[in-house]
Amino acid sequence: MKQKSRFFPTLFAALGVVLSTTSMPAAGGASGAKGPVALPQEVLDMPVEQAILTSPPLAPPPIDRDYAARVVVNLEVREEIGRLADGVEYTFWSYGGSVPGSFIRIREGDVVEFNLNNHPSSKVPHNIDLHAVTGSGGGAASTFTAPGHTSRFTFKALNPGLFVYHCATAPVPMHIANGMYGLILVEPKAGLPPVDKEYYVMQGEFYTSGRFGEEGLQTFDMGKSIDEHPSYVLFNGSVGSLVGDNAITAEVGETVRLFFGVGGPNLTSSFHVIGEIFDTVYPEAGLSLPNKNVQTTLVPSGGAVMVEFKVDVPGTFILVDHSLSRAFNKGALGMLKVSGEEDRVIYSGKEIDAVYLGSQSAQGSESAKREAALQQKIEDEIRANPAIADLRKEVLEERGKQVYMNLCFACHQLNGEGLPAVFPPLADSDYMLADRARAVRVVLKGMAGAVTVNGKKYDSIMPPQEAVLSDRQVADVLTYVFNAWGNEGEAFTTDEVKAIRHESN
Amino acid sequence: MFTSRFIFPRFYVLLALGVVSGQILSRASAAPEGMVAIPAGVYVPLLRGAQDQPETRVDAFLLDVLPVTNREFLAFVTERPKWRRSRVSGLFADESYLENWDTDIEPGKKAPMDSPVVRVSWFAARAYARWSEKRLPTTAEWERTAAVGYTQVDGAADDVMRQELYNWLARPTPAVLPTVNSTRSNSLGVRGLHGLVWEWVDDFNTAMVTGESRADSGLDRNLFCGSGAVGATDATDYPAFVRAALRSSLTAKNTTLSLGFRCARDVE
Repeated sequence: MKQKSRFFPTLFAALGVVLSTTSMPAAGGASGAKGPVALPQEVLDMPVEQAILTSPPLAPPPIDRDYAARVVVNLEVREEIGRLADGVEYTFWSYGGSVPGSFIRIREGDVVEFNLNNHPSSKVPHNIDLHAVTGSGGGAASTFTAPGHTSRFTFKALNPGLFVYHCATAPVPMHIANGMYGLILVEPKAGLPPVDKEYYVMQGEFYTSGRFGEEGLQTFDMGKSIDEHPSYVLFNGSVGSLVGDNAITAEVGETVRLFFGVGGPNLTSSFHVIGEIFDTVYPEAGLSLPNKNVQTTLVPSGGAVMVEFKVDVPGTFILVDHSLSRAFNKGALGMLKVSGEEDRVIYSGKEIDAVYLGSQSAQGSESAKREAALQQKIEDEIRANPAIADLRKEVLEERGKQVYMNLCFACHQLNGEGLPAVFPPLADSDYMLADRARAVRVVLKGMAGAVTVNGKKYDSIMPPQEAVLSDRQVADVLTYVFNAWGNEGEAFTTDEVKAIRHESN
Repeated sequence: MFTSRFIFPRFYVLLALGVVSGQILSRASAAPEGMVAIPAGVYVPLLRGAQDQPETRVDAFLLDVLPVTNREFLAFVTERPKWRRSRVSGLFADESYLENWDTDIEPGKKAPMDSPVVRVSWFAARAYARWSEKRLPTTAEWERTAAVGYTQVDGAADDVMRQELYNWLARPTPAVLPTVNSTRSNSLGVRGLHGLVWEWVDDFNTAMVTGESRADSGLDRNLFCGSGAVGATDATDYPAFVRAALRSSLTAKNTTLSLGFRCARDVE
């Protein structure tokens, strides 16, 4: 092996002298450049334009041309120390100097000349895999670039959509976890519906040697990355990147569009805006067949979504990954600040703030006390006026009769006389009329065993009704049977029933 | 307990005899100044094809203690003018060759004399090695030596070394590199293999040749995205992946601000 390997470069060096320099890399390393593509005349005839690149949270302006163009993209890779959180630094590897990288906006059918420049100060080689590219590795192999070098390849944007791009150099999880991802939008030929505001947000995890918030320059932690236990889950590459003065903004009545992607490398996002409902979601950013009225949309690692919503009321709306430990403890938070006129019918804001003691409190709330006093007043009024009291009892009896006809008559019979030797009578029943509380108890809890009624023995089972009848219904049916068939008795109250229902035996 | 106590001293006695009789360690003592004798060992390639051996035996060899410095490289270009920045053939070095030096024969402030030389192509490194009657180490030799820890033979178990390696990876290359003397020695006595600069190896361009066919698609080199882990012996050795990726990104005339080299020599 040693012999061979020492011979091989020597041979290749000799060849290099003979052949042109551009042919060398085939054996000499990764660049493997094939030379410029011979573009057909109709492509050469397309107008050429330089892509406008923007840093998050901004997106380039919509494309207003209705024809395909040759678009030149120049993207630079840098390895630079930046702020991860207050007092916390990290060496970000990024496209265009930001995390996520520059937003690229092209149109379906465009032919793109893509130049990837790896800054001379970089330690390691990088490349780019654009999910918008149809072709081997999404451009990864064609853009594999040593530090201080540049690579170029050309692709045609065949499919419209919002696509993630990322570095695909081994070890990939490390390159992505250091910040190497971004979005490329391929607008459909018909364009996108017009909106008032567009913003660019991406989620990604950071695996740092220190815990969340530990100060100083942090180092990538391979163990945490392999275990998928990030210290940070962030929107736009740092804690607070979309908070306070950095918040994205809109005016009441405007329609907002968010280009939201997940770089990963590992976690899926449950993207949600607190206090807003997405009017339109283009799931997985395919830009066709939108969903309407969505609360939370799932965005896979290496995937994206486009959401649109009209902001109807002012306030601060919080962007989160609704896997909430990430929002609460790992930084996955952003803010959309909406200014403008309130609409208190859509959202009133807090109307009342008063002390609430709960129904379990000894005295009850002021309101409950007042209600009890009023109820007592009604009872007293009814009792003092026999005409109303009788009328009220008749109402209860009628209601009670309905319960009886549903549940009781099958055994105790329509005439209340029961069945001889099987079901005891209720009409003129000495046993029943002797003890009102016992009657309630028998209805609620049931009864089993021998009993003597009007001198005759019965030994049967009365099923409990507490799960079937409300306090009101028990009171009503007892009022009925205590006043039917010649029986006479006072009306039962729900309080009597309630007391026995809750008695502990 | 008893046996081990008795066997070990005898073993050491044998070793000592070996030194005396010039069989084993005399080569180490005979290593030229600035070099260390690396005993025979085993190299476990990170990536290998179906036909490749799981391990490669690496014969004993001599390796420079330190990477080549600007001072040493200046001596070389002084004697071999065709390797000076202004005269080097474009076939053998990018236009960035020695770009961090002030002039052809003055390294200057950005390239202190005792710092490792960088911005050198594989061709230049190889020419230097030949000039100094040495050669470049092979990937197997370099990796076998770099797998040794500061305090333990197995570097993978040397947490301090691994952490320092990650720390280094997490820092951008400084504008002015530290001196080679700032580095720590591994347990074989070799310094600066990790944490200073990357280093050329003689067969760098075989890094991704794993017995597979080499179509023009780089994906066949098993290095991109998820496929990077296919065929890897240890998918958790991220630094080894980084080195493999770097080697495979280079062509022989390339130079970078963090890529230097050191020399090796066969044992007589």
